Amino acid sequence: MMRRIVYFLPLALVAVLLGFFIVGLQKDPRKLPSVLLDRPVPAFTLAGLPGREGALTGPDELKGQVTLLNFFGSWCVACLQEHAMLKRIRAEGLAPLHGIAFKDQPEDTLRWLGRHGDPYDRVGYDTTNRIAIEFGITGAPETFVIDADGVIQYKHIGPITAQVWAETLRPLIEDLSTP
Amino acid sequence: MIPEIGHYALALGLCVALVQAIVPLIGAQRNNLALMELSRPAAVAQFLTIGVAFAALTHSFIVSDFSVSNVFQNSHTDKPLLYKISGVWGNHEGSLLLWIMILAVFSLAVAVFGRNLPPTLRARALSVQAMITVGFLLFILFTSNPFERIDPAPLNGRGLNPLLQDPGLAFHPPMLYLGYVGFSMAFSFAVAALIEGRVDAAWARWVRPWTLLAWIFLTLGIALGSWWAYYELGWGGWWYWDPVENASFIPWLSGTALLHSAIVVEKRDTLKSWTILLAIVTFSLSLLGTFLVRSGVLTSVHAFATDPTRGVFILLLLAVTVVGSLSLYAWRAPQLKAGGVFAPISREGSLLLNNVLLSTASATVLLGTLYPLFADALNLGKVSVGPPFFNAVFVPLMVPMVLVMALGPMLAWKRGDAYGAARRLWLALVAAAVVFAGTYVAAGGALTDVGAAFGMGLGAWLLIGTLVEWAERVHLFRVDPVTSLKRAAGLPRAAYGMTLAHAGMAILVMGVVGNTAWKGESIQVMSPGEVVEIGGVAYEFRGAERVEGPNYDAVQGRFILRRDDGAVLAVMEPQKRTYTDPPMPTSEAAIHTDGITDHYAVIGDPSPDDGPGAFVTRFYHEPFVPFLWYGALLMGLGGLVSLTDRRHRIGAPTRARARTAAPVGGASARGAAR
Repeated sequence: MMRRIVYFLPLALVAVLLGFFIVGLQKDPRKLPSVLLDRPVPAFTLAGLPGREGALTGPDELKGQVTLLNFFGSWCVACLQEHAMLKRIRAEGLAPLHGIAFKDQPEDTLRWLGRHGDPYDRVGYDTTNRIAIEFGITGAPETFVIDADGVIQYKHIGPITAQVWAETLRPLIEDLSTP
Repeated sequence: MIPEIGHYALALGLCVALVQAIVPLIGAQRNNLALMELSRPAAVAQFLTIGVAFAALTHSFIVSDFSVSNVFQNSHTDKPLLYKISGVWGNHEGSLLLWIMILAVFSLAVAVFGRNLPPTLRARALSVQAMITVGFLLFILFTSNPFERIDPAPLNGRGLNPLLQDPGLAFHPPMLYLGYVGFSMAFSFAVAALIEGRVDAAWARWVRPWTLLAWIFLTLGIALGSWWAYYELGWGGWWYWDPVENASFIPWLSGTALLHSAIVVEKRDTLKSWTILLAIVTFSLSLLGTFLVRSGVLTSVHAFATDPTRGVFILLLLAVTVVGSLSLYAWRAPQLKAGGVFAPISREGSLLLNNVLLSTASATVLLGTLYPLFADALNLGKVSVGPPFFNAVFVPLMVPMVLVMALGPMLAWKRGDAYGAARRLWLALVAAAVVFAGTYVAAGGALTDVGAAFGMGLGAWLLIGTLVEWAERVHLFRVDPVTSLKRAAGLPRAAYGMTLAHAGMAILVMGVVGNTAWKGESIQVMSPGEVVEIGGVAYEFRGAERVEGPNYDAVQGRFILRRDDGAVLAVMEPQKRTYTDPPMPTSEAAIHTDGITDHYAVIGDPSPDDGPGAFVTRFYHEPFVPFLWYGALLMGLGGLVSLTDRRHRIGAPTRARARTAAPVGGASARGAAR
């Protein structure tokens, strides 16, 4: 009898493994916790794009209300995919939307914004890519939700889709905006 | 019109596959030869329908028919023809189509070359193959239609991921798939054997060449992928323990175990139920590899389709296949008759040890790969398991493995003489000691070099041990050279296959150890005229310029590579490319090799703050990297030589002949590692 049970062992192991896969599939592997969550925005001073209004300094300028901070670049395909959504977010006017362009040339960023439209309130230009490193950016686009005290509340990796906006970001911003 | 024909052919293929899955199985159960024989024309029809679909998709790519969504997403008119064709499988839908295309080719091969198989076994194996095809066809037709149209058709496509526009990667996926799908043969025959309730030497002789073929492709496919990562990703690394790399390595490990345990079934008629289990597990791991890559359950740079619905479907496919086959195993395997007994120290014993070590290695890599998933599911937080874990657990498994690899082939079947075998390996031991001492001193004699020197010695032990085994077989220096030569010519090709593959492994071990221990890198900002020295050579930066390619712009750096005595070795021109469709940067490293050491230069971003014409540059000193490629090629070649062995070409001899052929003197009883 014992001997027969041994032959069921592989099956049992596989059943356990499949269980984990089923649970694993419900989870989003792209949802990475940011070490910066619940921490104040790192201090930074960024020049604005030449000929466009608005340099960006943090965290002081980000305090007082909930803000969205979006890392992007003209080289990034997914940013273009996200762009229409950003314009809608801007039109909705729920929170200021700031951009930080990184790994980019200022003239390329300007041309890109000129061609596809400019959804940002202020755009900082990260010349050295240092700020992107301070924020722990793993790719573009990435978007931070920062509360009125300048504390990072949420980080979204990848393009913001209509679904992400409606189900995650907008409720979060509304929640943070009501004291 | 042509894409619709392709789509229709797939649907037709599904009908054929359903017939092929059901009818021959019933035929085999009722012993109805007519029903069983239906499996063969069905396999041919299967091949034709899927071939038409594959050709239709290829045609759409070649003529750049952007009304097909898949072509629009993954191709572009400016792309060179080779990458238009490789674009067919450079995406989720197309790669699945390639998967079943290869499956159909293998089924066809059984139908055509399997004349000497027992009809029931052939019918059942083909029916199992068809069941796999049904699963994958359903997957394609319901979730991943490669022929979906878009209206209106866009003017041009989005282009293929530039990282994939590379000759190395154009053939990497087909090779891997040939390996993965090749293991389906072992699986189908294993399941068929379980249904029959009988596993014998003839069965093993049939499964062996297919397993070998799959193993060759997988070996070369993994090596190709590693080579690609080495020169294309621009970080000088060749193995990252990335989930997708692991997904191909795990079945390789268990496939290698299967290859060796099938020898025992063939030669000694034992280890049967273990071999069956390995066959099932190896193919399941291949499917798991597909699942991991396609479902997005683990993210990785490779995962170009992360879509939960597809994930659920593949999981379902995986569950049905694995649970089905393992249930059958639990039910039928206990009835398999155990064969010959053997002493722990014997050829069988050493092969069993090889199996234990390889399976453990396979399970360990699987565990490491899936651990982040387990941790996430149990809410232990997001973790990632990196190279330190894999190196820490993998190396201790490989050391005894390589030690025994030299010894095992010297042992006789049934009961071996370990002391005698070890004594005959004195030369290998001397070589290992010399290499150990030599590399230790050459490396500088630091305490940290002991491990690396030991690893190099281990490689030498296996290399010389393998050659000694061959020398023993041809009685080198014990009889006159002419007799030795005659004996060498008379050795079966399978024996040469083993010698080549084991020697390849030895060289690979030296490459891995040597490179890991003595690799060097240097990252800096350089202005034109500056010189950086690393690994006994000097790189002089001669500035960078813009160059234009067919579908990219590039910054091309120029470096003069000099030996330490000042002699110019090469002019190196690495590029940093920015592709236009889609816009994406890639780096093209420049590599100069002398056959033992690679010198590797990468040009990075400009750094105008550090002066005019300044660039970030990276140099890598890569000793022994070419050994990796030599080793892998030699292993593949060994497999190929073994595949051409007479026995495989003639096909399965009857059991009676196998029995009378067995006791023919010491030499052939010790015989080839078949």
